[in-house]
Parts: sequence; structure tokens; C-alpha cells
Amino acid sequence: MKNLTLIIILFMSANLFASGGGAHLESAQTNIRSNDSLVNGAKLYMNYCSGCHSLQYQRYSRMAADLGLSKDEVTENLIFTGAKFSSHMTKTMDNAQVKEKGWFNNAFPKDLTLVAKSRGNDWLFTYLKSFYKDSSKSTGWNNTLFPDVSMPNVLWELQGIQQASFEEHEDEHGIVSHTFTGFENITEGKLSHDEFDTAVRDIVNFLAYTAEPAQLIRLAYAPWVLLFLVVFTFLAFMLKKNYFKDIH
Amino acid sequence: MGKAVNSSNSSSGLMGWIDARLPVTKAYKEHLSEYYAPNNFNFWYFFGSLSLLVLVNQLLTGVWLTMHYKPDAEQAFGLVEYIMRDVPWGWLIRYLHTTGASAFFIVIYMHMFRGLMYGSYKKPRELVWLLGMFIYLALMAEAFMGYVLPWGNMSFWGAKVITQLFGVIPYIGDGLLEWIRGDYNISDATLNRFFALHVVALPIVLLLLVVLHILALHTVGSNNPDGIEIKKNKDENGIPKDGIPFHPYYTVKDIFGVGIFLLLFMFIVFVKPDMGGLFLEHDNFNIADPGSTPEHIKPVWYFTPFFAILKVVPNPLWGMIAMFSAIIMLFVLPWLDRSEVKSIRYRLLPFKIALFSFVFSFIALGYLGMIGWGDTEKLVARILTGVYFAYFAFLFFYSKNEKHKPIPERLTH
Amino acid sequence: MTDKVNESRRNLLIATSVVGAVGVGFAAVPFLKSWLPSERAKSAGEPVTANISKLEIGQKLQVMWRGQPIFIVLRDKKLLDTLTGLKDRLKDPESEESIQPDYAKNLPRSKKEGLLVMVGICTHLGCSPKTYSEIVPQAFDADWKGGFYCPCHGSTFDISGRVFKGSPAGTNMVIPPYIFVDDDNLIIGVDSLEGGA
Repeated sequence: MKNLTLIIILFMSANLFASGGGAHLESAQTNIRSNDSLVNGAKLYMNYCSGCHSLQYQRYSRMAADLGLSKDEVTENLIFTGAKFSSHMTKTMDNAQVKEKGWFNNAFPKDLTLVAKSRGNDWLFTYLKSFYKDSSKSTGWNNTLFPDVSMPNVLWELQGIQQASFEEHEDEHGIVSHTFTGFENITEGKLSHDEFDTAVRDIVNFLAYTAEPAQLIRLAYAPWVLLFLVVFTFLAFMLKKNYFKDIH
Repeated sequence: MGKAVNSSNSSSGLMGWIDARLPVTKAYKEHLSEYYAPNNFNFWYFFGSLSLLVLVNQLLTGVWLTMHYKPDAEQAFGLVEYIMRDVPWGWLIRYLHTTGASAFFIVIYMHMFRGLMYGSYKKPRELVWLLGMFIYLALMAEAFMGYVLPWGNMSFWGAKVITQLFGVIPYIGDGLLEWIRGDYNISDATLNRFFALHVVALPIVLLLLVVLHILALHTVGSNNPDGIEIKKNKDENGIPKDGIPFHPYYTVKDIFGVGIFLLLFMFIVFVKPDMGGLFLEHDNFNIADPGSTPEHIKPVWYFTPFFAILKVVPNPLWGMIAMFSAIIMLFVLPWLDRSEVKSIRYRLLPFKIALFSFVFSFIALGYLGMIGWGDTEKLVARILTGVYFAYFAFLFFYSKNEKHKPIPERLTH
Repeated sequence: MTDKVNESRRNLLIATSVVGAVGVGFAAVPFLKSWLPSERAKSAGEPVTANISKLEIGQKLQVMWRGQPIFIVLRDKKLLDTLTGLKDRLKDPESEESIQPDYAKNLPRSKKEGLLVMVGICTHLGCSPKTYSEIVPQAFDADWKGGFYCPCHGSTFDISGRVFKGSPAGTNMVIPPYIFVDDDNLIIGVDSLEGGA
């Protein structure tokens, strides 16, 4: 039995070594069952992210059905591209435009459908909150979690402009390294600190949804499937016990 | 006894007509209703039938997945998302398949550990064990190629690293590598041939091996936790005194086992199908990109013990030899273990310590194979690799004149 | 073995089998349902628009809807007049047995009298009939009044898609749901601007 226990411990600790990376991540504390959070996240996403980033595997119609939005609500308020209701959520800007104008150091904005699965919710949450002003960069922005990132801080109006402070270390070989010590707001944003956290959390929650829309139905079915199996297993156990009366 | 056993008079009626042409009743008796299994099977004896259940699950869900998937490097990644989103219930079918892959290895590892504990590989069951080992090999090939099909970045780099192993073979390596990949890198051609092997060739091989494994088992009879041959004690009808018919007793018991298994399995499928990155890895949610290597490449958890052994050896050729030896050692186990007892129950402490160390080294190497290494991890992995191989050496010498507890005549419970 | 053991064993066997069979039944549903049209197919099968501003008398415009050809044929009074005299030669002159929206269950089988919108698939075995809209004798019918002829097995239809007697096809060709957005544009696949088909 010992190795069985070990295997179980191994599985339970699966999350520990799952996402890797040394940086400290803030817990996103998203709740996929909160429809309000998902709807708010969808609105924020469409307003702040959808211009540059596509959700190439997500359909508007599926989003509407899963989030309880009507066709009209989505077509009138959330589709900015004139796309068909049942089509995928592609972006407004095309890559040729990026190349021509030399935006984002020629880095094409990534598709975000699965980003919550590949990066993890906590990473996204921390990332979106870690932008700071850095005039040495062409976009004017830098990020403590993703240094030299090509993306500007699109949420600055909500968050306000942050400045990052670093501590300088010099080791015995004279090599200078910087340790991040904290942010301070230079200008206030439209949202308070807590309100901004909630906004970011909702965006992350929405992206966690688009990474796997089926999780809503999956989680809804889970208790019923397991309950059914408990009943079946109990009956099977009683039957087995009955048969083995013959032997012992 | 049970009403379920309806030992019909097979000379008349429809069954008679069929039996005269196809030995259905005979096979039913031989393998189920009159296959006498030891009456003291415990927890560890669930895993044989469970691996059959998982095999059926993989075949069924696999067939259904091929209905919506195309092995095309341009489309494969998107088609997996298509299955997850657009195909009605496609997400469930895929999760049953991906979770089934991991479950297959869990069940098989438990099944193999049972064999190590109770000496099920020993005479007269050498062929049962050997065929089982071939199933394990085929399963590893099957799982590896299946993992490439979603065409995520980990699929790509995993395939690249593993095929690269063949490139270290002296003289023929480079040519062999191109032959396996069908291109100068992992490509559409590789994906296509892996698909063919994964969905057609290897499943046929697996099924054939499973049939042979069961036929061999039913020829020699099942071992048991006591490691005593029940065929030595037969009653006047030639039925082993400690045997009970597989059907209905063990079918009923195995159905209970299936219930417990499905509870755990469905919990994972419905609640945590990616198992926090263990069953479905984070990097595989990025499309295959030959220009960007994931931070640390690692195979799926069931390969990581061997991956760790590969990494322990600095020279790639010797690393590959070490890795394959780790598997080959298991093949020759029936001839390494020369003890006259089978079961751990009647073997003494040195064997128990050795087996425990072996299992521990395997699991710990599996863990080390998943994480990045510093100097400490490297050292620990080296020691564990030593422990892994030492088990076989120890067993060979120790078992020659092994002392043991007295073996009872009849089964205990 | 006592009868009591036998009875409880039988009850347990029945209970386990029934619950197990229900479980297998549930498990089969996802596999069966996965054969239904996917969201991609549904999206591709959505209503299509057709512009008829350039359509001439007797000419056929073909658009694809759900992977099937849709015939749009403009008929003048002369062609429409042929419909009245054919009753005795048709299998289903009133379109009682045939498939069409209620608004097309009339003599011209259309919303606007002159404009035929029809699924161009023979109701026999699914070939796509050819359009012969001129009132001239044909090899397959010396008294041809204009209509459709299926080259596969020789079914003949009048200019509103009603099947002639002697054809292997049993019912008239199918009329899909459609609406007019304006005089020149129509949407095929919906009955109203709101809902689906």
C-alpha cells in the first residue's frame, strides 16, 4: 500500500510543480461559477483587449449561450468587427497593419483563447497588474513579471500609472543586479486599488472560461456522475459480499 | 451455486448449433465459468481486469476522436480545440481518452508491482510476464505517439527529443533519424505516420498481445498472494480445492473494483482533467513551434522515471543504453530471481527492503524526471538510478540460496 | 445455500444490472450525440443571402445553403399559367405530401408569385435536377411546359417543382424557409428576421 500512498501524494502536489517559473505570483482567486464576473470580464476583454488579440477558437454565440447573454446584447454591445454571431472572436487589427506601422516592436499580439491554460490564472493576474512606466521602452511601458514586454499597459486608465522601484546590488565581481521592491502610483486611475483587482480578476476569469468553455457543463455534471457511481458501487459491493459468503 | 451460470446442455438448440461450428460454450467455460482462480485474491488483483476496461475505453474514445481529427500539421492543433468546443460532447470523449492514457499507466504499474510482490513472473508464468512486458512496451510506444497528435508545443518538442535518441546511435544515427521523422525535423510527415501507427498498427499489436497474455495466464493458472500453486491440491473432480470459478465470483468482485475505479477516474475527468498540468501539460496549450522550446522539456509523468535515468548519464549514447536497460532488466526478471518462493509473504526482510527501495527509486526518479535539476537533484538521481539497477543484481545473487519462512500447503486469507 | 440467500442475491443481481445498464445507457449518449452537426457545421449552415436584382425571366440563380443547391428561378406570367392545367398529370398537385413552409403551400409554391426558391435536390435519390424553363418539346417529354428534369433516373417536375406522374420521385421538390429583406435581397434558411429556421 505504501507506494499507492506515495502516488496519491504525488498527484495531490501536482499543482506545486505545474506552472514552474520562479517569480512570485499573486493568487488570482477567480471563480468560474460567478456569471457576473464572467460577463464583466467579457465586457472588459472586448473593450480593452479584443482590438489587438483574437480568441480564434471561441465563438460569440457560444459565449452568449454560456454567459446568459442574448444575441442582441452581444451583437450590439460586444461585436465590434461586424462579424457573424456564430463566428469566432477574431481581432479588429490585422497583422499586416502591425508590421507596416512597426507597432509593438513588430511582435504580433498573441491569440488568447488558451492563454489561461498555458500560462495559468495567477500568472495572468499578476502580469496585468505588473506594468510600470519605463521611458526607455518604445511603448513607454515595462513589466516586472515579463521584462521588456512588447505590449503596452492597456489598462492604465483604470489602474493609473505605476512606477516601479528597484534596489541595486553589486556583488564582489562588480556585477550590478536589480531587485524589484515595489510599485507606487504616479497618477490615480479611474478605479480604486480593490476595484482594479476585481476588474483584472474578471478578465482573467473570462480568459479561463474561453480556454475551456466546456468546464461549465463539466463541473455541473460532476456531482451527478459521481453520485450515480456511488450508488452503483454500493450495489456492486453488496452483490460481491453476497457471493463471497459462499467462500468464507 | 449462482443462477448466473447457466451451464446449458450445449448439444441442442441454438447454442448447440453454434457450438458445433464455433466453440463458444467451451471458451466460456474455459475462461470464465470453469476457470478456477485462487480464492484469496486481494486488492492488487483488481488491476488486471481494470487494464482491460481502460483498454476498451481507449479504443472506443479513440475511434470516436478519429472521426473529428485530421493528422495535418496545419490543422491538428485547431481540430483538438474543435473537438473540445464544437463537437457535441467532444470534450468528454477527449478527456476520457487523455485521462484514460494516464489511468492505463497507473493501472499497469500497479499490476506490475503486484507481479513483483507475489512473484507472478516466476516459473511457470515466465511467458505471462514476458507477454505483459511486451504489452507495456507497445503501450509506451502507443502513448508516445498519441501524445504527438494534439500538435502542441510539448508534443512537438517531446517528439523531437525522443526521436533524437535514435540519432545518437553510431554510424546509422543521422540516417535513422531522418527515416523516422520523414523530414529534417518533426513535421507533417512525422505526425501522419505517428497517427497511422497510433490508431491502426499499435492497437492491433496491443490487442493481439493482450489475447496472448490472457491465453498464457489461463494455461498456467493465476498466481495469488501466497504464491502457492492451487493446482497441486485438487479434489476428486480435478478441481483445485482452493479455486473458485472466475465467473461469477471474480466477475462480481471485479465489477465492484470497476465501480471504485470509475469513481476516481470520473472524478478526474469531470473535476480536474488536466490534473494541474500532470495529465495535460501547460506547454501543450501552445501550438507546435519549431522556433521556441518550452522552458523545460519533460515527457508525461509515466515516462519520467526513464527520462531521469536518461538524464543521469552525461553521454547521450550511454544514456540511451541505460534507459533501455532499465526496461530490459524487467524482461529478464524471471531468470534473475532464482528463489524457490514466490510471494513476499514468505520472503524475509532483505527482499522486502530491496523491493521497497526499488519501488521508491522508481517513483522518486519519476518525480525528478519532471522538475529542473540543480546539483543536488543530479546527485540524488544518480543514487536512485544506482538503487534501481542494484535491485536486479541483488535479486540475482540473494535469491540463489534465499532463506524463507515456511510455505503453507493451502492458501491463507 | 438457503432460499433467503438466493432471493437477496437475485435482488442484488437485478438491482446492479439495472443500475449498470442505465449507466451504460447514459455513457452511450455522448458518443451518439457527437455525430450531430457540430457548431462549425451549424455556423456554416446558417441562413444565406441571395441578390436577385440581375435575375432574368426563366433564368436560374443557384446558391448553396447547408451544402445543398438552392434554385432561385424567376417566372413570368406565361410560365405561371402552365401550372393551372397540369393537375391531372401530377402526383401531388396540392403539395399535400410535400415539404414546404405554409406560405409556399400554394399554386406557384412561393412567397412572391413569380419567384421560385427551392432546394434543388430530387426527392427520389438526391441528385440535382437540370432546369429546362423553356416551353419547348423535350426528348423526355414532348409536351414539356417548362420545369426540371433529373438526369439520374428521369424524374420530371413542373416549373414550381411539382413532380409528374411516372417519375420515380414520390413528392414535390422541397421549398426552404426564406424571407425578403427588400425587393432585391432574400435570406434563405429563416422564416422571420428573429429566429432560426
